[in-house]
Amino acid sequence: MSMNNTTYQVPTMAEKTAAGESPEVLFWVGCAGSFDERYKAVTLAFVKILNKVGINFAVLGEEETCTGDPARRAGNEFLFQMQAMSNIQVLDGYQVKKIVTACPHCFNTLKNEYPALGGNYEVMHHSQFLQGLINEGKIVMKGGGSFKGKKITFHDSCFLGRANNVYEAPRDVIKALDMELVEMKRCRSKGLCCGAGGAQMFKEPEKGKKDINIERTEEALKTGAQTVAVGCPFCLTMMADGIKNKEKEKEVNVLDLAELIAKDQNL
Amino acid sequence: MSSLPQILFLLVLGGAGYLLYRRVSYLRQTMMLGKPASRTDNPKERWKTMALVAFGQKKMFKRLGPALLHLVIYISFVVINLEVLEFIIDGLAGTHRIFAPVLAGFYTTAMNIFEILALGVLVSCLFFLVRRNITKVPRLSSAELKGWPKLDANLILWIEILLMLAILTMNATDQLLAYRGVEKYIPLGGLWISGSFQWLFDGMSNASLVFWERFAWWFHIIGILGFAVYVTYSKHLHIFLAFPNTWYANLEPKGKMPNMDVVTREVQLMLGLQNAPSGNETAPAEVGRFGAKDINDLSWVNLMNAFSCTECGRCTAECPANITGKKLSPRKIMMDTRDRAEEVSQNIKAGKKGLDDGKSLLGDYISQEEINACTSCNACVEACPINIDPLSIILEMRRYTAMEESGSPAQWNAMFQNVETSFAPWKFAPSDRFNWASEINKEAK
Repeated sequence: MSMNNTTYQVPTMAEKTAAGESPEVLFWVGCAGSFDERYKAVTLAFVKILNKVGINFAVLGEEETCTGDPARRAGNEFLFQMQAMSNIQVLDGYQVKKIVTACPHCFNTLKNEYPALGGNYEVMHHSQFLQGLINEGKIVMKGGGSFKGKKITFHDSCFLGRANNVYEAPRDVIKALDMELVEMKRCRSKGLCCGAGGAQMFKEPEKGKKDINIERTEEALKTGAQTVAVGCPFCLTMMADGIKNKEKEKEVNVLDLAELIAKDQNL
Repeated sequence: MSSLPQILFLLVLGGAGYLLYRRVSYLRQTMMLGKPASRTDNPKERWKTMALVAFGQKKMFKRLGPALLHLVIYISFVVINLEVLEFIIDGLAGTHRIFAPVLAGFYTTAMNIFEILALGVLVSCLFFLVRRNITKVPRLSSAELKGWPKLDANLILWIEILLMLAILTMNATDQLLAYRGVEKYIPLGGLWISGSFQWLFDGMSNASLVFWERFAWWFHIIGILGFAVYVTYSKHLHIFLAFPNTWYANLEPKGKMPNMDVVTREVQLMLGLQNAPSGNETAPAEVGRFGAKDINDLSWVNLMNAFSCTECGRCTAECPANITGKKLSPRKIMMDTRDRAEEVSQNIKAGKKGLDDGKSLLGDYISQEEINACTSCNACVEACPINIDPLSIILEMRRYTAMEESGSPAQWNAMFQNVETSFAPWKFAPSDRFNWASEINKEAK
């Protein structure tokens, strides 16, 4: 069955509320998910999956703003709290209970840091959400196709892994595909950062011998995997840049978990 | 018999006790220069963490080789120190091996266990010396260890070797005397390790043997007491502080940064939300500094972390910034924090200006370049075998830099401005935020 003729819907909270509906889950898109040319594809892939499975979801659309994570990590607590409090006002205004996001930085901030400012939500990373859909049988992987038997490695995002102890959900998603998961030497709790965390995404690195994403890319390439799977917009940028730097972009893909599923499902 | 040795022993014991008491109070006062922090919630989880991480050495076993060598020394430290109890009773009462007749056969078994462990410590310490000085394991020979930290590490190993040699020498000569029937010496019926090199002392007269036996006994007990005092000046404090350090460790998800309630109140005022619920109901007496510039801006837990650090460098070896040649080293952050805390504390003790000596942790010890290089990836926190948290110190310093000095890197200031005006870290029009949705049905299939 092909979904080619489906018209995908992206309802906003405002529309849903106006129609007297309350969606089951809010998809928090994040700034990268909204603006980053490459990463917008991940947002689209995830929305297609939500459409296909028939999840009653909504997004905030233009009402969404930065969670404040990069400001907080760079030391600007005022700006972080300004962002957090206005976001909480919006979220509470729509009586949001459950949030799913593909960005581990948004995930960490919404889940762990908003409660201290009065924002209490059930927050899931999309890897956990997707794992749930697979476990419930709502997504059945087709397998085969261009993935069949190919090697894939997963790069742990620090804000998902060490920061929140989510190591298995993304791996379970990958294992559901018809692919061979090969781990890098530094994985799970020992996973090496891509170099973008702690607001590094927004400035040049300090002087050193090497860029962190190059170190990590070399490790990923050593696995011989044709696909580097990620679950974070910053990791995606850093790893893709690293692969380009090594001139391997023809042989090695950097893809988000949602893109892998969307591809498998021909979405 | 003369009671001179007993009097001497009492003086040594009392002196060591006094020195230790002074050092412990000093260290406690130094740590209390930090801000209060409440870390007593969830005691069940805290005891569990301490049992697993400190007592059970769970995180050490991420590296099997050093973990096993360390385990031998750790077990020996705990077990052999049981013998110190007998040393103290014997020393005060003028008795010799007071537990031997009471415990009979079990005493010999215990001595054999102690000897095997002593040999284990000897071997482990030799391995550690080789790793530090000959094979030069990278994390044990980095630049920040030059000088005192390197000497400290080697001294500890040599002291432990000497203490173990003293125990074995004591037992070897003691048993030779016992078999020669010398009064007071009790035959224990075969000590394997010390027995195997008893031949070294065979040719000696009884008087020489008694000298060596007594010398070794005094060397061991004074050595142990001296070592206990030395430890308070050394990175080796982890042997005690690992326990409170793990008990008071952060139990929250590692990604969670603590909320600054002082800022919350101001932001609520700015947004006109005074009545909104906040994490903290009572206003503090004084606001103080935002973030951390010096050790008194850090919490006492941060300072205890610094005194607990044994400079093993597992944090630095896992730090992505350090691995790729940046200046940042989480171990150095901890060492600097400790050094500055000691400096301030000694200043205060000497009646000088203390914190107002014109220096500060950030600036004189830790540079902006170091704290700016951190990716807040938590690899250092994860790597620490006793749950030290260098990241929280780095992030507090970033708070100080951004909020008190507006001294963040220019690109971060630009990012702040983007968040303020465009509500995204990049400069995009907020009205374009939802444009992606229009692409969803446009894609060519």
